[in-house]
Amino acid sequence: MDIGLLTIIIFDGLNYAAVLFLIAVGLTFVYGVLRILNISHGAIYGLGAYMATWLTILLLNKGLPPYLSYFVLLTGAIIIGLITGPSIERLCLRRIYGSDIHIQLLLTFSILLILDDAMKLIWGVEPMFMSEPYFLLGQFSVGGIIYPRYTFLLIGVSASFGVFLVWLVRGTRFGKLVVSVIQDREISVAMGINVGLIYTAAFTMGALSAAIGGAFIAPTISVAPGFAAEVVVMSFAVVAIGGLGNLEGAALGSLIVGLARALAIHLVAELELAVIYLIMVLVLAFRPQGLFGAVEERRI
Amino acid sequence: MRPNLRVVSIVSALLILVPLAMPSWVVFILTKALFTFIAVLGVALLLRGGQLTFGHALFFATGTYTVGFSVKWFGFRDALLLVPMGALTGLIMAALVGLIMARYRGVFFAMLNLAFSMILYAILLKFYWVTGGTDGISVGTATFLGFPLRAGTYPFYYLTLVIAGLITYVVYRFLASPLGYFLRAIADNEIRIEYSGESVRRVIYLTYILAGGLGGVSGVLAAFTVGHVVPEDAFWFQSGQFVFIALLGGFEGILGSLMGAVAFEFIQTYSSKYFPYAWQLTLGGIMLFIILFRPGGLWAIYESLVSRFSSKAEGSTHG
Repeated sequence: MDIGLLTIIIFDGLNYAAVLFLIAVGLTFVYGVLRILNISHGAIYGLGAYMATWLTILLLNKGLPPYLSYFVLLTGAIIIGLITGPSIERLCLRRIYGSDIHIQLLLTFSILLILDDAMKLIWGVEPMFMSEPYFLLGQFSVGGIIYPRYTFLLIGVSASFGVFLVWLVRGTRFGKLVVSVIQDREISVAMGINVGLIYTAAFTMGALSAAIGGAFIAPTISVAPGFAAEVVVMSFAVVAIGGLGNLEGAALGSLIVGLARALAIHLVAELELAVIYLIMVLVLAFRPQGLFGAVEERRI
Repeated sequence: MRPNLRVVSIVSALLILVPLAMPSWVVFILTKALFTFIAVLGVALLLRGGQLTFGHALFFATGTYTVGFSVKWFGFRDALLLVPMGALTGLIMAALVGLIMARYRGVFFAMLNLAFSMILYAILLKFYWVTGGTDGISVGTATFLGFPLRAGTYPFYYLTLVIAGLITYVVYRFLASPLGYFLRAIADNEIRIEYSGESVRRVIYLTYILAGGLGGVSGVLAAFTVGHVVPEDAFWFQSGQFVFIALLGGFEGILGSLMGAVAFEFIQTYSSKYFPYAWQLTLGGIMLFIILFRPGGLWAIYESLVSRFSSKAEGSTHG
């Protein structure tokens, strides 16, 4: 394999990994705190992409400086995160903590269905394009390979969100409260922690991660109905590989999946998707708790 | 678990007679509801054992592509042979995948199933020179001993009905067997089953194989009803729909799955007619309502109605 191809594979892989990590880290965080695998995560990702695209197009049509678009992307994501997060958690999830897992999965699946159509009703079914933020940064070349600079922005956003989340959990008072709620919900209530608020905040962080992921991937794709379904199930794979509820696991999982996908695309294009789930099956077959997950006690 | 003979005969009579008075599009929808019911029965069986699968489309697609390849390679489309073939391929697939699956529970069971179905989806999508890729394979009209069997006509409907009836009987016998009782006990307490000398893995494995076979049969009928097989048959959305219908109907009774499937097909048809971009929204909204307010599904609503009526009737005789 020549160096050029290898470089491309590594860049592509990091690019995929950055996007996947942004989505997966929220999914895994929500599972870690709420013990719910949130299928509607994908819809929040889609909403983030739509909102960001729509706002940016609005900005560009107004003739405002295009460099503002990065700020607008982030704003769109934050709006979606702050609207969907608290409302889904307060209105729906709150009623089913402790229910059977199939009730929880199906509830979030229903929310996915609802939001999926809501997107079509709000923004129509025609694909939306908005690539200014992508082209604005231009390209660079390494050893004769031309690559868009936007990839670095994507990796930067992804890495900073990951660092921010780790800091939030390990370095702040909020993080300590979250950990205590994970450890023992009842004792936390008895100690006077507002568990409901912690749940809402944690779910909103998850929603923000999905929305930011959607917003920053939007300039590189055409935003059309149904584009989220595949990415989300990939982020399930990432989370399962890394270990459900584990932040470092999400990082490692997305690197593995991203690089494997890039390798497959450039070497054996037919295996592009299959390789992701093959890795997932292999990992789960030998380490059901994922690479980083802790072994759970058996329920009696 | 004794079948209420009156209910069974009323439902059978309805399924046999009502289509005769209906236009062909209703017959078509009822055919769809019946094959969906067969797949959903498999999902409901596993749910009864407390196991949720988010990858049952794996077996459904195994069935549809059994037909697809049979038509593509051999030009063979006889339903009499292909339905058992679909059952067999589904069973074999489940017997292989189940070896791994029987070791897992809860979220991991759901996720691993998802992964396997997505592997099949990826293969069907990407190896397009064999599978036709996103275009899928057109299978045309089924035959039955050489006679054409068009979807939406009475012969096709009654064939599907007979198969669904046979399968209902098989599933009923399974649930009434010791294995069926152990299956229900798994949802409550696995360890006590092990103490009583039954292997939990064996129960899950055998149930999984049965569910896989049901998925295969459903896939064959679906391929002939729709006339086309596509990779989306294996996509996780399809699996999600099966779970959705199983819970819509309620998985405590076999009849629940049937009610769920019929309700689902009609909701889908009507809402995609009147709100073309909002049929998922309608479904999601109904499901949300059921989960939050009526967790037992349509079946529980039906049962509460029945018990209310019968208690009223009792009250009147005593009064």
